[in-house]
Amino acid sequence: MTLRLRTTTFVAAAALCAGLAPALAEPADAELVINDEVTIKTVAPAAEHLKGHLDTVYSGWLFREDETRAMEMDDFDNPNMVFAEQAMEVWSTPEGTENKSCADCHGAIEEGMMGVRAKMPKINAAGDLWSLENYVNDCRTNRMGAEAWKWNSQDMKNMTVAISVQSRGMPVAVEIDGPAQSHWEKGKEMYYTRYGQLELSCANCHEDNYGNFIRADHLSQGQVAGFPVYRLKDANIVSIHQRFVGCIRDTRAETFAAGSQEFIDLELYVASRGYGLDIEGAGVRP
Amino acid sequence: MADNVKPRVKVPSKASAGEVVTLKTLISHPMESGQRKDKDGNLIPRSIINRFTCEFNGAMVIDVTLEPSISTNPYFEFDAKVDASGDFKFTWYDDDGSVYEDAKSIEVA
Repeated sequence: MTLRLRTTTFVAAAALCAGLAPALAEPADAELVINDEVTIKTVAPAAEHLKGHLDTVYSGWLFREDETRAMEMDDFDNPNMVFAEQAMEVWSTPEGTENKSCADCHGAIEEGMMGVRAKMPKINAAGDLWSLENYVNDCRTNRMGAEAWKWNSQDMKNMTVAISVQSRGMPVAVEIDGPAQSHWEKGKEMYYTRYGQLELSCANCHEDNYGNFIRADHLSQGQVAGFPVYRLKDANIVSIHQRFVGCIRDTRAETFAAGSQEFIDLELYVASRGYGLDIEGAGVRP
Repeated sequence: MADNVKPRVKVPSKASAGEVVTLKTLISHPMESGQRKDKDGNLIPRSIINRFTCEFNGAMVIDVTLEPSISTNPYFEFDAKVDASGDFKFTWYDDDGSVYEDAKSIEVA
């Protein structure tokens, strides 16, 4: 990666991760500024609870090729925005037996959903830990009288992208104490548990080997602040749980289902590993 | 008409005379190739944008023929030299006969 970067406008900085073994490829020394307006924090000192595991946290954006990184820096080039625009129309379209739209309760998405994504997943009024998708479907079924969207349906992913854009540049702000703590502990246990025939835990790749090649791609730290992301290889949006399924499948294990309590707990723990990073408002990944 | 078709263009609002400006265009369109089959094995009929043009003050800047292998939401980025203020007119032609248009003006100081 260092060699590649030297040939471009981005300058590789070996000094950035002096703590890493020399064989590792360093994350790019680049600044993520979207539309020349919003600066996204992609490097931060690791949170207190990561002591002994990580010193610095990096967004997955820093591990990607120059061209892929550039796509995220301009909304016109970011393929997520086409889908976000479709969701904006749905936002103000009445639906269901109550004939209500999202906008009827929440107002303009720019105001009503500001900062929401940064706090997800979050404990709901009944004391359960819910992801953004759960909240969307709760509104749809209980307030609008409409059908719930499937977790990884296009409608749901479009909407979560549109909502995430409204938290762009805001720091990850999940709560991990109080009623969320037991969920967080479970998520942490999952993170360090080896799964599948290959007996790999999340940490084996994303903590011990980030920056190294996994086949033709560089492993990131597995941060979720950039999610939902547009993946070029899928030509579509990928949700956090979809990514979890992909990782666990790659360990040759039976995966949990998208939307399962296990994944919501894991999502909370992984989100908390990104304390200090900013929500990217829909990243672009290869 | 295909669903959710929406053209978008990005043109700088100002330029100096003789400057080469970069234009970006994107149109949301499924670009169904006509090669794929549905669940029952029936061919999904081709439905693509087959031509894209850009004109500046009536003069052709670019005229593109699109083929079925081009992916969803076709994106074009190209340069044009502007000598005077005027309008860029962008036109996309759909297989089903629909024509989508967008225009952006540029001011040359």
